[in-house]
Amino acid sequence: MSAETVIEAKDLTKTYGSATAVDHVSFTVSRGEIFGLLGPNGAGKTTTILMLLGLTEISGGEVRVLGFNPAREPLSVKRRVGYMPDTVGFYDGLTAADNLRYTARLIGFNKTDREKRIADALDQVGLAEFADHHVGTFSRGMRQRLGLAEILMKGAQIAILDEPTSGLDPHATTELLGIIRDFKAAGVSVLLSSHLLERVQTVCDRVALFSTGRIALIGSIGDLGREVLGGGYVVDIEAEGVGFAERLALIPGVSGVEKTGVGRLRLHADRDVRSEAAAEVVAMQGRLKYLGVQEPSLDAIYNRYFETRPDEELAMKEGARHAA
Amino acid sequence: MRREGSAFQGLGVVMLKELSDHLSSIRFFVLELLVLLIAMVTVYAAAMQIKETTAEDPFLFLRLFTTSHEPLPAFLFWLSLLVPVMAIGLSFDSVNSEYNRRTLSRILSQPIYRDALLFGKFLGGLVTLTTALVVLWLMVIGLGLLVIGVPPGGEEIGRIFVFLVITVFYAGVWLAMSLLFSVLFRSAATAALVALGVWLFIYLIWPILAEVVAQIIVPPDPRYAALGLQTPGTVELQTILSRFSPSTLFAEAVVALLDPTTRSLGPIYLSQLQGAVLGAPLPLSESVLIAWPQTVGMIASAILLFVIGYIVFQRQEVRA
Repeated sequence: MSAETVIEAKDLTKTYGSATAVDHVSFTVSRGEIFGLLGPNGAGKTTTILMLLGLTEISGGEVRVLGFNPAREPLSVKRRVGYMPDTVGFYDGLTAADNLRYTARLIGFNKTDREKRIADALDQVGLAEFADHHVGTFSRGMRQRLGLAEILMKGAQIAILDEPTSGLDPHATTELLGIIRDFKAAGVSVLLSSHLLERVQTVCDRVALFSTGRIALIGSIGDLGREVLGGGYVVDIEAEGVGFAERLALIPGVSGVEKTGVGRLRLHADRDVRSEAAAEVVAMQGRLKYLGVQEPSLDAIYNRYFETRPDEELAMKEGARHAA
Repeated sequence: MRREGSAFQGLGVVMLKELSDHLSSIRFFVLELLVLLIAMVTVYAAAMQIKETTAEDPFLFLRLFTTSHEPLPAFLFWLSLLVPVMAIGLSFDSVNSEYNRRTLSRILSQPIYRDALLFGKFLGGLVTLTTALVVLWLMVIGLGLLVIGVPPGGEEIGRIFVFLVITVFYAGVWLAMSLLFSVLFRSAATAALVALGVWLFIYLIWPILAEVVAQIIVPPDPRYAALGLQTPGTVELQTILSRFSPSTLFAEAVVALLDPTTRSLGPIYLSQLQGAVLGAPLPLSESVLIAWPQTVGMIASAILLFVIGYIVFQRQEVRA
C-alpha cells in the first residue's frame, strides 16, 4: 500500500450462506480523491462500505484503510474515517449541537476542543444558526448536512458517504455536492456510493460501477466513456477570431473539426488535445472564451455496457429484487 | 484474534446519555409517579394498621413493607408487580429504536465497540431504576417515620438496605430480558408486547403450571393426603420449578430478609427443627445467607439474559 493510497481492497468478498453479496471486489482510493461506488440498489455497495468500516465480517479477501485492518484494528479505522449512512439518523429530541456533542464524547475529544470543532463544523455546512434547534425540525437536506458536519467535526481523513444525495431536491443536492468538493479541497478522500449516476458524476474523480456484487467497470468517467461508448475525445472551443478550424485540424490526433455555432468549434480527437488547441488559438491572436472536454454520461455508459451484456443486467436486477 | 483497545471505551458516555434520556422522559415520569403513588398509599395504610395492632415489635419498620391493609395488598406485592413493568418500560426499545431512528450505524462508526453500546444501555437503565428505587425507599422510610413515630434500628436499616439491593438485582433481570427483546425484535411494539407477555406468563401462569407439572411428574401420595399433608416429593419439585421464575426468587429472598424469623425457604423437615427456638429472629448475616441462593439466581439470570442479547447483537448486521 503506497503512502498515497488510503483504501486498498483486494478480492473483497462477503457471503450470506450460499448467497454472495460482494464477489472478489478490488479497488484503491488515493489521498484527496473522490471515488464513487455506483450501481443499483442491492449491487453490494453498502456491504462493501460496511466491510471497510469493520461493521460486518469479511468473508474473504483483504482490506486496508489508512494502513489499518478494519477487522483487527476497528478503533484505529473508525477514529480516522467519517461515515454518513444512507438516510442518516439523529436523535430528534436533541439539538444539532447536542447530537454532535454526543459523538464528540464517544470519540474522546475534550470539552474545549469539542466545542470549537462543533462550532466550526456547523459553520462549514451552513448550519451554525441552527445549532440549538432540535433535529426533529430539520429537513432531509439539513440532516444530510449535519451528517457531513459530524465528519468535519471528527477531522476524518476519509469520508465514506452512502447514498448522500438520495431523496434530496436539486438545490439541496447541489449544496451537498459543493460540500463534498470542499472535502476534497481540504485533502479529505471521499468514497461515496450512489445509484443516482448523473447526480454524482460531476464530483467523482474515478468510479467503480457495481453489478451483482462485482465491479463491472472502474476508472475515470472519461476513460470509461471511451472504453464503453467508443470514439475519442470531444473538445468544445469558443473563441473570437478567424481561420482556427484549419489550424486546429492539423493538431496530431484530431480526426475532425465541426462548426457548432458562431465562434464555436467541436474537435474530435483520439486523445485530450485541449492544451494544443488553446496554444493554437492564442498563436493566431484569437481570444479564447471557452475550452472544455465533453464528459460522457454515466447513465449512457452504464446502459451501453449492459446492452452488450444482457445476462449480467438480468442477474443484477434479480439481485436488486432479492435485496429489496 | 485479539481486539484492539478496550471493549468499554465510550461506555460511560453511552450510560450517561441513557440515564439522561430516561430521567427526562415522560415515560419514566409516568411510571415513577404510578409507583410512588401506589407505594405511598400502601405504606400509609400499612403504617395505620401497624399503629392499631402492634404493641411491641423489634422490627416494626420492616412491617411497613409486608403488612397489608384490606383491600390493599402489601408494598412488597406492588413492588414485585411494578418493578418489572418499570424495567420493561425503560428498555423495550433500547436497541431497536436506534435501528428505527437509523442512528445505529452512525454511532457504531465512532471508535467504540458494540459491547460499550449494549452494556452502556443496560447500565443506564439499571442506574435509572436504582435512582427511582432509592427515592422510593427514602419516601417510604420518611412516611413511616411520620406515621409510626419510631425510628428504625440499625438491624432494620441493614435489612432495608439489602432489600433495596436485591430489588435492584430483580429489576436487572427484567431489564436484561427487555433489552434482549429490543435486540431480537426490530419493532418496539413487538418487543414491548412480548416482554409484557413473558412477564404475565412468569408472574401469573408459571406458579400454577409449576404446581400442575409437579403433580403430573410426582403424583401426590394418598397416605400424605389422608393426613392432610402435602407429598414431600411433589412439594420439592414444585418449589424447584417455581424457582425458574425471578418473581419467586425475589419473593423468597425478600421474605428471608423482611421476616427475621424465617429459617428456611423450602419445605422443613422435623429433623431440621431440632434445637431451634421457633419465632426467635435470626441475625442479618444469617438471613442474608438464607436469601443468598435466590439472590445469586437472580444475578445469574440477569447475566444469562444479557449474554444472550450480547451474542445476538454482535452477530447482527448493522445497516441502519
